Amino acid sequence: MSLGYILLALLVLSVIGYVLGRSKAVSSAGGDGRRLHSLPGYYGWNVVLATLAPSLLVLVVWLFVQPAYINTQVASLISQETVAKSSLDLVLSDVLRVADGLDVAVESGALSQEKAQALSAGSVDVRALLGDLGVALASEVTDEILHAAQAYRDINASGEFYRAILVLAVAIAGFALAIARTHKDFRARNVVEQAIKWILIAAASIAILTTLGIILSLIFNTVEFFKIYPASEFFFGTVWSPSFGGGSELGILPLIWATLYISFIALAVAVPIGLFAAIYLSEYATPAVRAIAKPLLEVLAGIPTIVYGLFALLTVGPLLVDVLGNDGLLGVGWMQGASSVFTAGFVMGIMLIPFVSSLSDDIINAVPQAMRDGSLGLGATHSETVKQVILPAALPGIVGAILLAASRAIGETMIVVLGAGAAARLSVNPFEAMTTVTAKIVSQLTGDADFASPEALVAFALGMTLFVITLGLNIIALYIVRKYREQYD
Amino acid sequence: MTDVTTNPASETPASRKKTSLLTVDALTRKRNAAETRFKAYGVVAISIGVFFLAALLWAILSNGMSAFQQTVVSLNITIDVARLEAAEKSIVKTSKYNAIIDEALIAKMKDAGVETEMSGKDLRKMLSSGAAATIRDDVLANWDAIKARDGQVMQYDVLASSRVDGYLKGRVTREALARDKNLDAAHLDIVDQLVAKGTMVKSFNWDFILGTDASDNRPEQAGIGASMLGSFYMMLVVLFLALPIGVAASIYLEEFAPKNRFTDLIEVNISNLAAVPSIVFGILGLAVFIQFMHLPQSAPIVGGLVLTLMTLPTIIISTRASLKAVPPSIRDAALGIGASKMQATFHHVLPLAMPGILTGTIIGLAQALGETAPLLLIGMVGFIASNYPDGLADGFFSPNSAMPAQIYEWAKRADPAFYERAWGGIIVLLVFLLTMNILAILLRRRFERRW
Amino acid sequence: MNKISSFDETNDMTDSKITARNVQVYYGDTHAIKDVSINIKPQAVTAFIGPSGCGKSTFLRTINRMNDTIDICRVEGKILIDDEDIYDPKVDPVQLRAKVGMVFQKPNPFPKSIYDNVAYGPRIHGLARNKSELDEIIESSLQKAGLWAEVKDRLHAPGTGLSGGQQQRLCIARAIAVSPEVILMDEPCSALDPIATAKVEELIDELRENYTIVIVTHSMQQAARVSQRTAFFHLGVLVEEGLTQDIFTSPRDKRTEDYITGRFG
Repeated sequence: MSLGYILLALLVLSVIGYVLGRSKAVSSAGGDGRRLHSLPGYYGWNVVLATLAPSLLVLVVWLFVQPAYINTQVASLISQETVAKSSLDLVLSDVLRVADGLDVAVESGALSQEKAQALSAGSVDVRALLGDLGVALASEVTDEILHAAQAYRDINASGEFYRAILVLAVAIAGFALAIARTHKDFRARNVVEQAIKWILIAAASIAILTTLGIILSLIFNTVEFFKIYPASEFFFGTVWSPSFGGGSELGILPLIWATLYISFIALAVAVPIGLFAAIYLSEYATPAVRAIAKPLLEVLAGIPTIVYGLFALLTVGPLLVDVLGNDGLLGVGWMQGASSVFTAGFVMGIMLIPFVSSLSDDIINAVPQAMRDGSLGLGATHSETVKQVILPAALPGIVGAILLAASRAIGETMIVVLGAGAAARLSVNPFEAMTTVTAKIVSQLTGDADFASPEALVAFALGMTLFVITLGLNIIALYIVRKYREQYD
Repeated sequence: MTDVTTNPASETPASRKKTSLLTVDALTRKRNAAETRFKAYGVVAISIGVFFLAALLWAILSNGMSAFQQTVVSLNITIDVARLEAAEKSIVKTSKYNAIIDEALIAKMKDAGVETEMSGKDLRKMLSSGAAATIRDDVLANWDAIKARDGQVMQYDVLASSRVDGYLKGRVTREALARDKNLDAAHLDIVDQLVAKGTMVKSFNWDFILGTDASDNRPEQAGIGASMLGSFYMMLVVLFLALPIGVAASIYLEEFAPKNRFTDLIEVNISNLAAVPSIVFGILGLAVFIQFMHLPQSAPIVGGLVLTLMTLPTIIISTRASLKAVPPSIRDAALGIGASKMQATFHHVLPLAMPGILTGTIIGLAQALGETAPLLLIGMVGFIASNYPDGLADGFFSPNSAMPAQIYEWAKRADPAFYERAWGGIIVLLVFLLTMNILAILLRRRFERRW
Repeated sequence: MNKISSFDETNDMTDSKITARNVQVYYGDTHAIKDVSINIKPQAVTAFIGPSGCGKSTFLRTINRMNDTIDICRVEGKILIDDEDIYDPKVDPVQLRAKVGMVFQKPNPFPKSIYDNVAYGPRIHGLARNKSELDEIIESSLQKAGLWAEVKDRLHAPGTGLSGGQQQRLCIARAIAVSPEVILMDEPCSALDPIATAKVEELIDELRENYTIVIVTHSMQQAARVSQRTAFFHLGVLVEEGLTQDIFTSPRDKRTEDYITGRFG
């Protein structure tokens, strides 16, 4: 029974449950709704929840556990020699492809279900057979893999069967129990409300699950990576040159350097402009100017980063080459290509202007009016008030805002993928192409590398580093901003 | 104490010469000049910001608008059913159609009075390499109608090649084409004459908006339509997961959560997730949804799940703000007449907060719609979205691209004709984002309530 | 407190530090101050009293043009200080405010050290040539504000760490440090406890010798304690002005009498 049908069955069951629960409650009160403890609808919902909640829970757990279980079962069918030749992951993905191919074959009628399961590699050329059906296999199918694939299909089929049985059994049990308990004195509303509360808690916990998911997926793969590549070389290596044939040097330092360099340039553009814009908007601008300028700046924040990436690659980069390149207006010959640290940093700076300005605007506005009055009342000019009273008072908040912007810059991907270049380099020249942590995560995971190779796994170690750095910045920034706000609340 | 300014007027501390208010002294003039400068910095900063916005929009529009026009040539093709049937029986079917096109092109040259020595094959370089397939698809789709018109002449509008298109749009110059092996100056002379005759025209490019992506050597056929559907299915997932989960989580945190460590943990998690780089969500999606749960790669369902997790913090933060804005008196009123806390929340607080919640959701969706980085990792890039999804399940589970991923893909192909596509794609994307934001603003204006 | 009874009943212009003639203040469309004319005597404390919203604070703020900081506020009429119109376009409000200091309702020390709080004014106005002169200004200002003994050992501690009453005296010291001729006080004791209030009132009485002081207060007792002259405002109108003892013992206007006897306000 496929997932869709299970869900449909559950839906039907719960609709019946609602109607039945409601009518049973009303009839137990002799048809007089006023004698019920709760409104009649609550009795219906009680049955629905009792039917759906446990069965869906079982279903979700099953969906998570089954693939992992099947993987270990199938893996046990594969001999050590085969694994030694390539890697377990590769063999398993072959098994999956063959199994998928057999599914297609059965579906299209090329093979009967029995024949597919009885197939042996010696008698039929499985690769050619599946190739005809549009399932391309990279290598010859050995008997071992074919058997594993057949076993996979077997376990999968029986898994689906038991899944349906179990889920429906749990649903029916819940349904029956709830119906049996339905009576006019049953406190249906309290039960339903309690259940809803648990649903709300579950929804709120997704934030924790997400963080947990991020941390676990990073940690597991990072540990895998450090098993095959020494951590010290990763963290202290100054050369980044992955080669998919093996023998890669995967030092993170050039990537970190370029990431920080680009972020620094971005902040050097965004902070002065954003801060002065915020000061002007909150201290000087008339309401009319504010009503126009503030949304205009914020449009910059709403533009997707892919747009900035394209802007860097196709507009700003070539423009800079026209000015600073070999045949450029200035004739200085500083830039060889359009991609450079400066190109990416500058465009990222534009993107961060509204980020800095609206955060600073909020923070400057949080400085109490009494401070301004006090300073102006002593005969200070407005700018003296801003420079000597408001900015010092707002400084912690502004530092927090800049840290948040820095974390944004460090984690930004599309602009650097398109605008910064692809070569890892430790250089101080901002007009050279370099590449960053985020850009390399993308290139290592979108290439054709085997998932178990250090060249692909390194992306998780890079992701881990990125996550730790940005999380650290965020926590410090949020702490500072929160402390700052408490001061004036 | 370095900034003590010397003031010759003050003889003793704390006693100034009595001066008239009507004359501004030197120090005050200096201070006022500093004031004016400071104010000017602000104006300059805002002007720079607005200038950047203008430059960005100018770059988008000036480079992208041309994607909405495409050069087509109209060919008169005599229907010869026997020949078409023969073509279907041969192994390389489209090559037979190429021969038909060649003949039509030569006839066209005669009609237009263009004198040329070129063979049909040479002339065909002006057309898209997908021209034969386009005509064949049309023939197969309307086979019965075609059969009935045996011997008649039918007019087909065929796409010109991207180089011809680029030449007419001014994207490619004659000099640049001279270095190119594909087109000669003679081709361009013919193009000029055809344009003058009006048989080669630029027409509105519906195929760009509605069409599917094409392979590297056929930029003139590439369209954003299929990836638009990919984005649409992802947004469906985000809407149907992020909105209920986000609202439920916010209700719990705002209305029911006790002050304890668990609640604190959730709060800290939400505020930190809001600032986690989007690429990290891509890693999460790759590891959990694809590696662990074996969901199909490149599928909108996975993209939607990743974007849901990414958008949730945004939605929760804005939903909580809207719930907070509902005054406690409303809750008290409901509780006071014997409603349970749950009833007070769902019957009174939630409906009042709904406009704010929807506004926040639309803004969160807009953010998700433009997000690219996580989609790269789950394989929604590099996939050529050459088919439309076939029904709802296919839409969610079959590989597809998404608008921003498609734009990135085009940007990577390093061909000016694809760059034009990328800019054009950005215009389409921005139109969607603009519409969503305007919707959010209208919603806020229409329902905004001040307590 | 000692009363000076040498003030001239008729209150002519011959001895007037601040002279207001037909002052109107508008907030947008609201006419907040209606045709107020008053003479304020030098070296004396003048109290503005009246029910809340009567415009007394608004009028106070027109005297050092603090209303300029509010966009929608418009002032008409004439206010002269030492016979110079402070709303003359040639007048720089910055210079004006150095001459007319202000102390606010809530103590608002800057988030800086006590020293820097007091040094702020002298620094921006360039009143000290060197560090020792600045030190001198600060010591004398704090002494005049009666705060020196309490803070002299911790001049570099943050001003926000002081108690409410100390903070308010710090704000007064901060105003004095600019050596103004007039000090405006907007309900300076409303956020203070009675003991701190008594100290500030004592201070105001001492400062009278050297400065012209205008104080807005919602407390009639306070007006009676610290001021020599009192002006009663009601609904944006100056109802009557005179010697404090006269206002409290024999008001000429019915509204003043009603207010003083507690019928409203």
